[in-house]
Amino acid sequence: MGYSLEGATGAWEVVVGLEVHAQVISESKLFSGASATYGGAPNAHVSFVDAGFPGMLPVINRECVAQAVRTGLGLKAKINHWSRFDRKNYFYADLPSGYQISQFAHPVVGTGVVEIELADGTLKEIGITRLHLEQDAGKSMHDQHPSKSVIDLNRAGVALMEIVSEPDISSPEEAGAYVRKLRQILRYLGTCDGNMEEGSMRADVNVSVRKAGEPFRTRCEIKNVNSVRFVMHAVEAEARRQIEVWESGGEVVQETRLYDPARGETRSMRSKEDAHDYRYFPEPDLLPLVLDEAWVKALAEKLPELPDEKRKRFCEQYGLSFYDAGVLVVDQVTADFYETVAKGRDAKLAANWVMGEFFAALNRTGTTIETSPVTAENLGALLDLIADATINGKIAKEVFEAMVETGRAPGEIVEEKGLRQVTDTGAIEAAVAAVIAANADKVAEYKAGKEKLFGFFVGQVMKAMAGKGNPAIVNEEVKKQLQ
Amino acid sequence: MSKAVTTKEAPPAARAELCGLTIAQAAAGLEARKFSAVELTRAHLDAIEALNPRLNALITVTPELALEQAAAADSRLAQGEGRALTGIPLAIKDLFCTEGVRTTAASRILEPFTPPYESTVTAQLKDLGAVFLGKANLDEFAMGSSNMTSGFGPVENPWRRKGSDVRLVPGGSSGGSASAVAARIAMGATGTDTGGSIRQPASFCGLAGIKPTYGRCSRFGIVAFASSLDQAGPLARTVEDCAILLGAMAGFDAKDSTSADRPVPYFRRAVTAGVRGKRIGIPAEYRMPGMPEEIEALWQRGVRWLKGEGAEIVDISLPHTKYGLPVYYIVAPAEASSNLARYDGVRFGARIDGEDLIDMYERTRAAGFGAEVKRRIMIGTYVLSAGYYDAYYLKAQKVRALILRDFEQAFAKVDAILTPTAPSAAFGMGEKMDDPIKMYLNDVFTVPASLAGVPAMSVPAGLSEEGLPLGLQVIGRHFDEETVFAVSGALEQAADFRAKPAVMAKGA
Repeated sequence: MGYSLEGATGAWEVVVGLEVHAQVISESKLFSGASATYGGAPNAHVSFVDAGFPGMLPVINRECVAQAVRTGLGLKAKINHWSRFDRKNYFYADLPSGYQISQFAHPVVGTGVVEIELADGTLKEIGITRLHLEQDAGKSMHDQHPSKSVIDLNRAGVALMEIVSEPDISSPEEAGAYVRKLRQILRYLGTCDGNMEEGSMRADVNVSVRKAGEPFRTRCEIKNVNSVRFVMHAVEAEARRQIEVWESGGEVVQETRLYDPARGETRSMRSKEDAHDYRYFPEPDLLPLVLDEAWVKALAEKLPELPDEKRKRFCEQYGLSFYDAGVLVVDQVTADFYETVAKGRDAKLAANWVMGEFFAALNRTGTTIETSPVTAENLGALLDLIADATINGKIAKEVFEAMVETGRAPGEIVEEKGLRQVTDTGAIEAAVAAVIAANADKVAEYKAGKEKLFGFFVGQVMKAMAGKGNPAIVNEEVKKQLQ
Repeated sequence: MSKAVTTKEAPPAARAELCGLTIAQAAAGLEARKFSAVELTRAHLDAIEALNPRLNALITVTPELALEQAAAADSRLAQGEGRALTGIPLAIKDLFCTEGVRTTAASRILEPFTPPYESTVTAQLKDLGAVFLGKANLDEFAMGSSNMTSGFGPVENPWRRKGSDVRLVPGGSSGGSASAVAARIAMGATGTDTGGSIRQPASFCGLAGIKPTYGRCSRFGIVAFASSLDQAGPLARTVEDCAILLGAMAGFDAKDSTSADRPVPYFRRAVTAGVRGKRIGIPAEYRMPGMPEEIEALWQRGVRWLKGEGAEIVDISLPHTKYGLPVYYIVAPAEASSNLARYDGVRFGARIDGEDLIDMYERTRAAGFGAEVKRRIMIGTYVLSAGYYDAYYLKAQKVRALILRDFEQAFAKVDAILTPTAPSAAFGMGEKMDDPIKMYLNDVFTVPASLAGVPAMSVPAGLSEEGLPLGLQVIGRHFDEETVFAVSGALEQAADFRAKPAVMAKGA
């Protein structure tokens, strides 16, 4: 059956729900005209609105709402045509106005679903509870000065989407697969860059454990986990901790915890008793967010093809296996690269080349599709040279290596190096005759029944022709002359 | 700058009587070049110099800036490019952020704050040529009905009870604005009204003052008290002057999401439109037990005047009126507790350093906020707290919706509503200070219109037995300030209010 952890008292199921904070890709912040670009000198991207100056008012950024709606559509979720912003009140030095504007009671996106795939090929649906828009806080740095904290408000006011899952996730692997899949969808949509190391995507991980058939037990929330690997580790570490607590006769208390990647464990941050009372109430500076039906429809129509659909199409259109299609749709750039290579060509051969030689070259040279010297057009041209028998498959690999090194077009390489395949039967006949003449003993053995030697003769001919012989004609000629 | 210097070298006689003109009269005089904008401004600056030390109506006076603006106004007038307010000297409530001019909200926590930006309302006034004399005193963060809560000292009402030296409050929170205009040290002033903060001081100081429909004026750049209630509006000595000023202050602003994207009518024309055939509602619920006889008498006079002008008087009911004050004193503090969280000493304003962040917050806010502001932050924090939210804030919002419905139902039958503005005339400084509830009762007639977001105006309608001004309130439909002006204009005509305060610019 499913994943479980073995404790002293038997097997435990793990229950996980994730709250992913995804920074919206937009020119400007959620409620001000300041730049939302990552980086910049500290406090360079701060308007008076972001800094919470007296009399400043938020004005909602239409593009950020569009991004949230696109994301909702990508998660096959219900778009709420009426939503509202609330204030979440708490004091902190990097929260300039003393409240965060968020959607607490009425999120812009309702229930949806994300399909994940596990290592064994199993597909599983993870429910999405909601997606809401909120503003990010600034950054406090406590290590820049011996006695003071310094504040950078560049991030303050940048739009975030909080995407909340149902507690449908039941293993570290599923948690990892969910985050990866979510990230893939967001990147396809262009609504979040998904860069967890830069903090533009981070997860709060809710974990509890239970015996099979039980209702939920108390959960703990692990805040701000910033890599897929850490999400998986945090789930397992926290589940094991809770099992230990339950099995030693204790009780898990609801609290907020932190994951320490160095020690591979979670530790308490604050308990429910010192949880903030955020005093949520409707943001009076903003009107309710009312979406025009036609506007949402227009966004839906312009939505890019998403990974699940693309994968299905690749299977149908190109005759690829479900697995191979999955590899090729991993991101939009890879899928586009593949489609450019495959266009008008042998789609399976294209898939083999992209996933084989090309991916290997990227790995070996530490490049990406964007930085690789081999363009999709050039790789396609290489396949064309194979298809029209200008070169054979073996020479093609040699040409490809030259393409990786020089970035040049395969045609040029073939011409310059004289790698054009020899299909001249006269030349092949002569080469085969020479090999047979030079290996009389082997010919005798072959004729005595050692048919395995056939490959030897072909190899010798190809060697003599510097690999450029047309393999089909060479085969045929060897067969003929050996008779 | 050079122009201001030039006028200094050859000072024209400051003509004190200029302070007594209305804005409409002054604008005509400037247009006809009967006097210059510099003369007009200088007359007011002289009056400020003489009276402000005693009235404390202005927290900050900006004579150099004012004379510069006046000189610029004169050159525009000379070129025939005068606009609606060119050369008109105004006082600006110190809740409006003014670029390069200190803006305190009458709070010590903002004592060192000079905004690098201009509020939309004051920017529009400037664009139309107004001269800013300085920043008017108010209750701290506009929280009060007496101007006693100002961190910069109380304001004195220029009016006196007959035969008495007792210093009276001008009302609040726009008390400095009201005192300045009543004492003729400014021709008009901006105010803000959250629960009566324009209308009640207008009533106490014998002025006209209008709180327009919520959304009519931009709130951008106005220090927020209670965002869902705050509205800017003018105080002036005539209804027409209010119409001129409101026309300049109003309009859609993309920087305020709650401002209304609709055209601004020509309010000035509405003032003389008359009330013939208009239906005026008299709400039974505004006849409160314990209300002074003279207030009731004033109200009845108002009814008779309007009837005499051809209006039809209709008895109406606003059944949820009695919940107005309790709802207001939940909603406004709730929003205020959140709006005032930004005054934390971190980025601007006063800071008192502490052991750590929390300690700094506590020291800064303890020292920076006055008692009334602290009281409202505590009330607001309480009513929004987990476990109390439903019983207080949510319930209050529901009742607020009912109060709005009361007005909507009433306005299906009538065109405007007539009530007293305040349950009493101006009271003495220090009175009602022992019990906050007594102070809050000042707002009983003004709060419902604020909660409903409808426009409401106070017009001086007579004097109390003690010789103090009393106002009548005209409430209109959403965005129907024109009817409010028409009814107010008719009342003003009929009342023929000519009494003047005891303390006034010489010659005015």
